[in-house]
Amino acid sequence: MPGWWSADVAIQISYFVTAVLFIMGLKRMSSPVTARSGILWAGAGMAVATLITFLYPGMSNYGLILPAIFVGGVLAAWSGRRVAMTNMPQMIALYNGMGGGAAAAIAAVELYRGGTEGYASTTLAVAGGIIGAVSFSGSLIAFGKLQGLIKRSLRFAGQQIFNLLFLLAALVLGALVIAHTNATSAVVTGFFLLALVLGVTMTLPIGGADMPVVISLYNALTGLAVGFEGFVLNNAAMIIAGTVVGSAGTLLTQLMAKAMNRSLGNVLFSGFGDTGAAATGAVQGSLKPIEASDVGVMLAFAQKVIVVPGYGMAVAQAQHKIWELCQLLIDRGVQVRFAIHPVAGRMPGHMNVLLAEAGVPYDLIADIDEINAEFETADAALIIGANDVVNPVARTDKSSPIYGMPILNADKAKNVIVIKRGQGAGFSGIENALFYLDNTRMLYGDAQKVAAELIQAVKAVG
Amino acid sequence: MTGMVALYIFMLAAFTGYEVIARVPVILHTPLMSGSNFVHGIVLVGAMVALGGAQTPLEKTIGFIGVLLAAGNAVGGYVVTERMLEMFKASGPRSSPEKRTS
Repeated sequence: MPGWWSADVAIQISYFVTAVLFIMGLKRMSSPVTARSGILWAGAGMAVATLITFLYPGMSNYGLILPAIFVGGVLAAWSGRRVAMTNMPQMIALYNGMGGGAAAAIAAVELYRGGTEGYASTTLAVAGGIIGAVSFSGSLIAFGKLQGLIKRSLRFAGQQIFNLLFLLAALVLGALVIAHTNATSAVVTGFFLLALVLGVTMTLPIGGADMPVVISLYNALTGLAVGFEGFVLNNAAMIIAGTVVGSAGTLLTQLMAKAMNRSLGNVLFSGFGDTGAAATGAVQGSLKPIEASDVGVMLAFAQKVIVVPGYGMAVAQAQHKIWELCQLLIDRGVQVRFAIHPVAGRMPGHMNVLLAEAGVPYDLIADIDEINAEFETADAALIIGANDVVNPVARTDKSSPIYGMPILNADKAKNVIVIKRGQGAGFSGIENALFYLDNTRMLYGDAQKVAAELIQAVKAVG
Repeated sequence: MTGMVALYIFMLAAFTGYEVIARVPVILHTPLMSGSNFVHGIVLVGAMVALGGAQTPLEKTIGFIGVLLAAGNAVGGYVVTERMLEMFKASGPRSSPEKRTS
């Protein structure tokens, strides 16, 4: 074996390859054509890095490392295979929290052990520790909320000040840890406990509608924490991967907040998310019901139909039936498009995943900028389980909480058919002016059942 | 590596992350978030090293939890991202795929 070759060189080269594979993988994941291969590339990078780390000089405790990887990996693979596509956002939150917890655990081991050398290293360990711990407990709360385990949003007067005090206390303990580089265990323990509590109290007041933005933020934070702990351990793969995710995640968080017409500060500190804030504003007109058979005829003889799906469609598991209906229409020569609002579903892009699951090809799916001009030429807009994202009030009523949010111009279509379970208001509790327009007809019923009736009606046209 | 070199790596990696994600279509936001969630699963490598160097029972316990969580992040992140991306398909030669034979 030549003299320059050693386990350390092999490890460094492998980490370099991993970093390249991660960046190329993420790049490929940003286009629908290459996305599938992107995750395979990134996965290969992870496998290389994990395997080579077993050769790390001076490692012991293999008897603990192997079972931990096995148990964690098997549980995650099992849960990841089983989770329904509708529950994907909270599952991402859960896995993300685990990453944050791991980063905090690295910080804790190094700080208890006195393994950090010098102020820079200790400071980064502490910074990564608090960020990781907040991301861990915060993500668990986000998971609990979206999964329906935590129903109420805890809010009380002076909550922001309360949280600020918690943050300050954690920072003071963190500074103490840094100041005496060999801090007592008690200070380290107190620091981590405060950070964990902070994550909980920060996340509890945030409403369910805003949770995706919060999950994305915690994703970026976990990346940052991983990057910081990478500096502590002198591990280039962790520094690069963590920092790339930190900045990519921050950008993604901003894009999501923008798509929801909220600023990040607003999401974190206001708590509109699920309040159902004052749904006033009287709406003129009446609701006009229609039968499925009539809608079937209308769709069958239309030239162009735009489907606007919302989370309600996914909850009713109607996407397969809707796609079956659309295929019938396509075979009749009707031009069918799906219009997706950025916040349709539980997080931006979630509805695309749900439609993809039903087999809808992604080139029939258009986003808001692409499709909005087309509503004027559409014979029918079919609204299924969507509400706030097609409410014209967002354009006109300055007093409405959703004023200024970009909406799909479904009201411009010649006919608007709204498939809806009952007469309730949307997620935000705001009355929908679209439902009262002259060209709107309401088709009441469970989305899946209604879709089946529509299929029969279109088939009956022959 | 020296502090300055580390700082350069940090700066360049931050720009890389930003550039890689900029201009990504909304339809891929959820899978991409999931994908980046998988990528920070690299924390597994650090958790292994931390546990590998742990000595007291307390350090070993925390290190064990760290590796357990990190493995969950990496494996879970991979599985869900792969499941989502696998479903993204373009339509066939004409606009109606499958079912055409029926």
